[in-house]
Amino acid sequence: MSEALSAKLSLPDDELFLGHKACAGCGGSLAVRLALKVLGERCFVVLPAGCMSAVGFVYPQLAFGCNAIISTFAGTASMMSGIAAAARALKLRDYYVVGFAGDGGTADIGLQALSGAIDRHENFIYICYDNEAYMNTGVQKSGLTPFGARTTTSPAGKRAAGARSRKKDLFEIVAAHGVDYAATATVAHTYDYLRKVEKARATVGTSFLHVLAPCPTGWGIETDQTLEVARGAVDCGLWIQAEYEGGHYRINKSPRRFKPIAEHLASQKRFAHLGKADIAAIEKERDGRWKRLQRLSGGG
Amino acid sequence: MPSNSLASNTQSHFISGNEAVAWGARLARPHVIAAYPITPQTIVIERLAEWVSDGQLASEFLHVESEHSALSACMGASALGARSFTASSSQGLLYMAECLHYASGGRFPIVMMNANRALALPWNIYGDQQDSLALLSSGWIQIYIEDAQEALDMTIQAFAIAEHADVLTPVMLNLDGFVLTHTYEPVQIPAQEDVDAFLPPFRAVSKMDLDAPTNMGFTAGPAHYTEFKVQQHRAMLEVTRVAVEVDTEFGRRFGRSYGGAVTPYRCEDAEVVLVTLGSVAGTVRDAVDGLRGRGVAVGMLKLRFMRPFPAHEIALALIGVRTVGVLEKDVSFGSAGAVFSEVASTLAGAANRTVLLNFVAGLGGRDISRADVEQMFADLIAATTQPRERVRFVNVQETNNV
Repeated sequence: MSEALSAKLSLPDDELFLGHKACAGCGGSLAVRLALKVLGERCFVVLPAGCMSAVGFVYPQLAFGCNAIISTFAGTASMMSGIAAAARALKLRDYYVVGFAGDGGTADIGLQALSGAIDRHENFIYICYDNEAYMNTGVQKSGLTPFGARTTTSPAGKRAAGARSRKKDLFEIVAAHGVDYAATATVAHTYDYLRKVEKARATVGTSFLHVLAPCPTGWGIETDQTLEVARGAVDCGLWIQAEYEGGHYRINKSPRRFKPIAEHLASQKRFAHLGKADIAAIEKERDGRWKRLQRLSGGG
Repeated sequence: MPSNSLASNTQSHFISGNEAVAWGARLARPHVIAAYPITPQTIVIERLAEWVSDGQLASEFLHVESEHSALSACMGASALGARSFTASSSQGLLYMAECLHYASGGRFPIVMMNANRALALPWNIYGDQQDSLALLSSGWIQIYIEDAQEALDMTIQAFAIAEHADVLTPVMLNLDGFVLTHTYEPVQIPAQEDVDAFLPPFRAVSKMDLDAPTNMGFTAGPAHYTEFKVQQHRAMLEVTRVAVEVDTEFGRRFGRSYGGAVTPYRCEDAEVVLVTLGSVAGTVRDAVDGLRGRGVAVGMLKLRFMRPFPAHEIALALIGVRTVGVLEKDVSFGSAGAVFSEVASTLAGAANRTVLLNFVAGLGGRDISRADVEQMFADLIAATTQPRERVRFVNVQETNNV
């Protein structure tokens, strides 16, 4: 991060996630790095098996400048719960328990533990970096892989052109628990993301951030296109920037007119096989989701 | 058998095996208790929850959503240097199986009580040892308990063993489901201050510390992985010594001690010995006494620890024994009982040619009577040469309609 931008955001130049082996253009590592700049070094970081633990914890090259531990794949939120409980019991002060888990680790195998932790209002910040497939193991379909996306387990074959299920609505699933704070964000909308991390930091109870984090390897984009593609997802309405706080939904940004979905999809090789019917289905799904969230947020 | 407590300030209570474990855990003052209910373990966590609820126990009690989460939470707590406790059984133990290996590899000194119970299918809530014995290679110290007093005392000792700097390995305390977990016995409950003096707060050698941050639970490739596993193995072997030291100190303070990893009973001049573990040892002891009364030279070898496996102690106790039987409540289908396999492996190098028989009994909670055990001894006495089929299922209804 340039010094000028750090100063503008009042962020320290110190890096707490440094020397890792993430791919060039990795959105997930950016989500981790930025959040830790807000939270500082008095953190207990939990990461399950997945991209960020695979690139950050290869003994003896350990990349976190704060306390950090790999949990089991399903155990991010449960290990965080144990840490939070121990911190209370040991009467520690001035610290954050924060988790960074991918889409599969959160919405699939880790959903049970996350649900229980939110139910208990565990005092921690859970950040899901969503690169929309199991990237660490080689781009397999997850519950957050969007409709139509080609992955290695949802190939673009003759009978089925990419993933045939819709992306689970993780934000709504979490909000439906009555979580203390939840928000969506992207790694490209830096101010917005940092503001939400800051809000999570100030929240007593469970905070959940769902961060869109493009993966050049899995999405079929150039390594310098990560931020542009994340912006594109917001501009065409496929990614809704929203918050849930005090029992209320709020849409942060409602574009007057969406940019064409087809253009956004065309920028990523994982959607190259999609035809008009598929794109129309994606548009319909997008519109339904906007209506639902607008209704939930008391508008529209 | 353990003698009565000589220490002052103890009280005798009529409690179940489960309640004895709960008392042991309470007296150990864990920072964090995370548990998920499963029959027949439930009373343990209910009592602890009551004590936390009414302020008698200052632990954080986590109502987790699964056994996997229970152990995962205990690991998180342990990573901060906190003392943690959980309890499970059967399906729950298998559900957390991934975390068992994770906890031992991470060297988290967690203590867990397991109510030994049969595994589905068919569903069965009653006691056998298939659950824990299927997990011998999970890296946990495995202790098998005979009675409620031992359950309480060993829960306290378990923390001292697990947290010892030379060990740092989790402990699984196994109590036979219902037969031990739900049987009421008079139990001496030590005073809190005496337990505090015996079991000081855990001082972690390695932990996540806000003033000295560290990265834990990392990846180690082919260049380093083996060395971590060798350390784990060596730490487990240290338990043999540490457990005796802990038990001796416990005995000095509380007047009750349990000896080492094995407890021989009338083995000195025995021609035939039945090796077993868990609560059925009482029945076997009675049968031995009966046969000894009739001049038959039989004995029992009770295994208290299955991990580390007391191979040396077993070999020593069985020197010169003509025929050895192993009675256990599990079987590895297509092979033999897990305990038998390990005992047989231990005796394979012995100079004498010991005859070996495996009695698989008590599956799914089927009762093992004194008459059953006497029949086992009769079979062992009759077996002067090694039969081809070494595994015998006890008390099986031979019908096609079962």
